[in-house]
Amino acid sequence: VSVINAVTCPICGCLCDDIEVTVVENEVVKVKNGCAVCEAKYLGYKSEHRIRQPLIRKDDKFVAVPMKEAIHKAAEILANANYPILYGWSSTNCEAQRVGVELAEEVGGVLDNTAVVCHGPSLMGTQEVGIPTSTLGQIRHRADVIIYWGCDPWSAHPRHLERYTSFTEGRFEDSEWKSYLNKVKAAAGKKKLLSAQRVAPKQQRAAVADSLVFNKPPEILQKEGRKLIVIDVRKSMTAEMADYFLKVEPNKDYELMQAIRAMVKDEELDVDQVAGIPVEYLKEVVDALVNCKFGVIFFGMGLTQSAGKFRNIEVAISLTRDLNMRTKFLIMPMRGHFNVSGANIVFAWQSGYSFGVDFSLGYPRYNPGETTSMDILLRGESDAALVIASDPGATFPKRAIQHMVKHPLIVIDPHMNPTAMLGDIVFPSAFVGIEVEGTAYRMDNVPLPLKKVVEPPEGILSDEELLKKILQEVRSIKAQKAQKKAEAA
Amino acid sequence: MTEMLITNGFVFDPLNKINGEKMDVAIRDGKIVESVSDQNAKKIDATGLTVMPGAIDVHTHIAGGEVNTGRMIRPEDHVKDVVRKTALTRSGVGYSIPSTFVTGYRYSKMGYTTVMNPSMAPLGAKHTHEELNDIPLLDKATFPLLGDWWFVLENLQKGDLEGCARHIAWMMETTKGYAIKIVNPGGLESWGFGRNVHSIDDVVPNFDITPREIVCGLAKVNKMLNLPHTIHLHTNNLGIPGNFATTLETMKALESVPNDGKPICHITHVQFSSFAGDNWGNMRSAAEEISRYINNHNHMTFDMGQIIFTDTTTMTADGPFEFTLYQLSGHKWVNSDVETETSGGIIPMHYKRTSAVNATQWSIGLELALLVKDPWKIFMTTDHPNAGPFFKYPKIIAWLTSKKARMATLARCHKKAQKKSLLPSINRELSLYELAIMTRAGQAKALGLKGKGHLGVGADADVAIYNINPEILDIAKKYKTARKAFDSTAYTIKDGKIVVKDGEVVQNVDGRTLWLDVKTREQLKVDEEMKHKFKEYWTVEYENYPVFDHYVKVPEAITVKADV
Repeated sequence: VSVINAVTCPICGCLCDDIEVTVVENEVVKVKNGCAVCEAKYLGYKSEHRIRQPLIRKDDKFVAVPMKEAIHKAAEILANANYPILYGWSSTNCEAQRVGVELAEEVGGVLDNTAVVCHGPSLMGTQEVGIPTSTLGQIRHRADVIIYWGCDPWSAHPRHLERYTSFTEGRFEDSEWKSYLNKVKAAAGKKKLLSAQRVAPKQQRAAVADSLVFNKPPEILQKEGRKLIVIDVRKSMTAEMADYFLKVEPNKDYELMQAIRAMVKDEELDVDQVAGIPVEYLKEVVDALVNCKFGVIFFGMGLTQSAGKFRNIEVAISLTRDLNMRTKFLIMPMRGHFNVSGANIVFAWQSGYSFGVDFSLGYPRYNPGETTSMDILLRGESDAALVIASDPGATFPKRAIQHMVKHPLIVIDPHMNPTAMLGDIVFPSAFVGIEVEGTAYRMDNVPLPLKKVVEPPEGILSDEELLKKILQEVRSIKAQKAQKKAEAA
Repeated sequence: MTEMLITNGFVFDPLNKINGEKMDVAIRDGKIVESVSDQNAKKIDATGLTVMPGAIDVHTHIAGGEVNTGRMIRPEDHVKDVVRKTALTRSGVGYSIPSTFVTGYRYSKMGYTTVMNPSMAPLGAKHTHEELNDIPLLDKATFPLLGDWWFVLENLQKGDLEGCARHIAWMMETTKGYAIKIVNPGGLESWGFGRNVHSIDDVVPNFDITPREIVCGLAKVNKMLNLPHTIHLHTNNLGIPGNFATTLETMKALESVPNDGKPICHITHVQFSSFAGDNWGNMRSAAEEISRYINNHNHMTFDMGQIIFTDTTTMTADGPFEFTLYQLSGHKWVNSDVETETSGGIIPMHYKRTSAVNATQWSIGLELALLVKDPWKIFMTTDHPNAGPFFKYPKIIAWLTSKKARMATLARCHKKAQKKSLLPSINRELSLYELAIMTRAGQAKALGLKGKGHLGVGADADVAIYNINPEILDIAKKYKTARKAFDSTAYTIKDGKIVVKDGEVVQNVDGRTLWLDVKTREQLKVDEEMKHKFKEYWTVEYENYPVFDHYVKVPEAITVKADV
């Protein structure tokens, strides 16, 4: 039995690094400190969906082949392609991503990561107006106003509040955990009362929820101490624990932010409500924002992928800029995959651009909408694809996938996921952060080491090793071609 | 055993007092030696060429979180300067924030072999080292930002210098750093809540300590630890008109620290700290006041932070200053505070000849470099990319070595700046010898790099050979020819290997990363204390914080024995 502590969890952008994993005979048997998702991954990563050996599609059926053959076939596809896409990268380590850039450069392909379907608009927003942000510890120590906009950390980043924001003990701000418990207790009491009064369960639920989330801003918003505000189109789990929940009408976030910007600048609004929210309530919220000591906005795909896309982010950041004229205010995207930030970072230091990097002209080029994988697929321009550490088969629009499968598709993944099922060559890979060590970047761009807690199944290589082999093979194929050409001449 | 002989060049090696003598330089296995056997050695005929030790940059932001965020937010900067892949070199982008590979190639082409990355948030140290690994052809080192680190503030506030020293030693080893970097001392912690300090005696909120105490305390700590470099200081009030008074006060405050006649502090990009006047309208140069002080005192060294007229990107740990720039420009603004440690910011900036302020800044940098009599005190930098991209150094060389060159540029500047400039009254033109001091020898000495910046026996075989024949070419008159020569070397030799020939990279070599392994007496005690307190301060675990050995591709640990 070995107990490994300070393990970094390879799931979401929180990158919690305090996980304690107990291993018995190369099996994870116990996980401490992690959230439900973390536990599920560590205990369940060895599912029956695991790919055991390299597969090649022959006559529409997967046939197991030796590694050498699969590597050669994959390299041949990439070396011969005119405009291949190398997509994914967000669930692997930076070491593999580094090789990825080199491979994309070597084959003159398009290097793109999953940001293109999640926080790509955030990156584009920052290219317009910059981004005032910080590391998460700064928020833990100082923030007294915390806003979650278009995201639901309680479900998607389960330990975000507990480790970094409302429910953590900072140097200058205390945890709001107790007041939240009181709130829950009060709600439970109310529920009891209602059931004593024989109110129907359905109405009960509604009444309890109302007691947690007020329509009118509660007094607490104007008091000392940490405040949690949630802005979303629906009352999410996080919204239920908030001090105040603003329900914005779908696709009206841009409007709401512009209204708040105007109010931060002390301008009067001529309307009674904006995006479904009465202006008089909004006024109290704005007062809370400008009077705080240190505020922060976290935003998710509710902003990046709803109407307005990167313009939403641009205006959210502009709002943060405006608020800095009154107090200290920061903003941060809630990055999803555990190392999507890392993919952006590694791509940027090697090529200058963080996603959608086109090497087809021999130098890196970036023009979102043109050099981004989704757009290339929809225009039907690519003639091969390598997908690694992601699952576009499950997330891309049908038309894009239809084009992708028209041409050779190489997939590298631990699991037989929907993309792998569509692949022509499928490589099994070891689980990064469980069977392979490496580096990943947290949503606030803090690098953390990933640990290897168990050995990978026999014969299964890491992403980095696989890519290196493919790269080497591509180079030797290209060298042979060049030689032949020289001989012919 | 590989041997090389560079024959018959004009050698400029100020640390060994060699001023343009015609002589041979012998190399064996990456080191300079007395002589090599005639038959086996590869010969480089340097007849009619200038031979200098490889150049050193004491202050250049080339790697890490801040730099990379700059890359990510500025695609418009990259698109105008692209670099193709070749059989030997990687592709990338250039201009104000070049990609890592391009950074290495371009420095090497100018004859640089060692560079210092002066600003690393300890929490992001792994990131900095990962990028440094991807910068080829150069030896590198990086300075952790420690002036506003809570442990420093707390220990100094208690008056516990020894405690402070031990924590710094822990941090040097943990982050694989090389020197103590201090940026706007006290200001960065204040910026945590959106405030700043405005004089060296302002009290830092929540910590009851002043910038004066931080700077003097850390200068003493630096001495206790016997670190090779001095403290590396970015002064308070940087970039604000009238700030020369703060700079003078800081330098005077440091007189109280015992110095045995040696420098105890390096003030970096001093141009940005030498503004007179009280607003942007009447802002003028304080180069006279600052250089007078420098000429009369020996406890400090400096680098220029010379402005280049171009579109560049400012990036510094001085978060409040970047916020000031944001208020001035309204441009895209990045702020990046780091828990417990530091802050940071980025603003793109276009320095224009037609702006009175920018042109005055340009003039200040040159005035300082020329008015300071001793070239061992002030070194050539642009604080890359803050005042301009590093690959514009040949321009600065021309301005320093040729009055004609700088007057030609001044003539195209804003009239107001021209009128105020001291440059017309300065006739000094640096010689190649002085230039070698300002670009390598002086920097090596200030950094405490024993094997660098000279060509004496035992030194690293880092050599730059330029297409300049000092007997024929008058660099003061033919400054354009000289500029071209400094733009791309005839040869750059790194560790005895030719890496650049005629301005082209011909071989890929990984440089080393220098870091300090500081030995203190109570190392274990500090380890225990840090382990105990870690969760209170940071959001990562103690076990995951250090830069492990495998994060440094080619490490060169320098062991330092501390007095504590």
